[in-house]
Amino acid sequence: MLIAVILALAVGTYAFRLSGVVLRDRLDLPAGLRRVLPLAAAALLAALAATAALMENGAFAGVARPAGVLVGVVLAWRRAPFIAVVVAAAATAALLRLAGLP
Amino acid sequence: MRTIQRTLVADRALIRDVAALSVAAAAVGASFGAIAVAAGLPAWSVPAMSTLIFAGGAQFMAVGLLAAGNPVAAVLAGLLLNARHLPFGLAVADAVGGRWPARLLGSHLMTDETVAFTLAQPDPAGRRRAYWLTGASLFVAWNLGCLAGLALGATVGDPAAFGLDAAFPAGLLALLLPSLRDRQTRAVAGLGAAIAVLTTPLLPAGLPVLLALLGLLVLAVRPGIPERGAA
Repeated sequence: MLIAVILALAVGTYAFRLSGVVLRDRLDLPAGLRRVLPLAAAALLAALAATAALMENGAFAGVARPAGVLVGVVLAWRRAPFIAVVVAAAATAALLRLAGLP
Repeated sequence: MRTIQRTLVADRALIRDVAALSVAAAAVGASFGAIAVAAGLPAWSVPAMSTLIFAGGAQFMAVGLLAAGNPVAAVLAGLLLNARHLPFGLAVADAVGGRWPARLLGSHLMTDETVAFTLAQPDPAGRRRAYWLTGASLFVAWNLGCLAGLALGATVGDPAAFGLDAAFPAGLLALLLPSLRDRQTRAVAGLGAAIAVLTTPLLPAGLPVLLALLGLLVLAVRPGIPERGAA
């Protein structure tokens, strides 16, 4: 049973990954649609980041995580190095939790 | 000569950034290994999932649903969560490469972070390097992390205690930020993110993020397909 679940997830996920890569060449996408693809990816990534930053199990997450992400984004906006963004976001969230905030 | 130097500097920065994210991925992987064992899954299933599925969100979700005795839901929910890889593949296909060995291997390395690092690069050669470097590095880090979690078990702390749950969205947004300076991208991504957040309480996980594609409707309201450099 477990192995069937793992294989189904593995095959299905790989099929999603591969089909996008292969379809790009197979489908003769019109130039307009092809230019939209990076925009589609940006929308998906922004949605992933926003839901991961704000939501937890279908409800709004506490204070610590959104605050950490906000600190990271402000640093990124000020063109801080990527590593500083990631570390500052994590440290802010960790410290706020240490202080007892959810 | 100057181009080579610039490439080397850009590569050093890329390697440093990818290394930072890989350390974080390994730590989250360790917590996955520990949680899977704590949920009663056999040890072999941890490396099996991390090598064959290689998708953190779906792996955590599968462990939760398997522990709750719902294997069918584990598959369906995981696949719904991973359906976003199809549009991702369309967007990064040129960075993966056109030859079949590259496509077959490279596709498996596709993650949110790989796509974000790739699309943040300005030119095709840089996108290609970023895709493979990020993909390979995260694959190794994630799998080593999962194995470490398996070995360490309950001594692995909760990643939230270290703020890692804030690190990943911040990293994604930092990678997206340059492309968000383009007005059209900002409008599409902003509407998409808003749709996803607002529908998250109502819909099963994975679907809200896919609905973010509706952000492209902005283009219908505000015509003018991006001329160039939207990538």
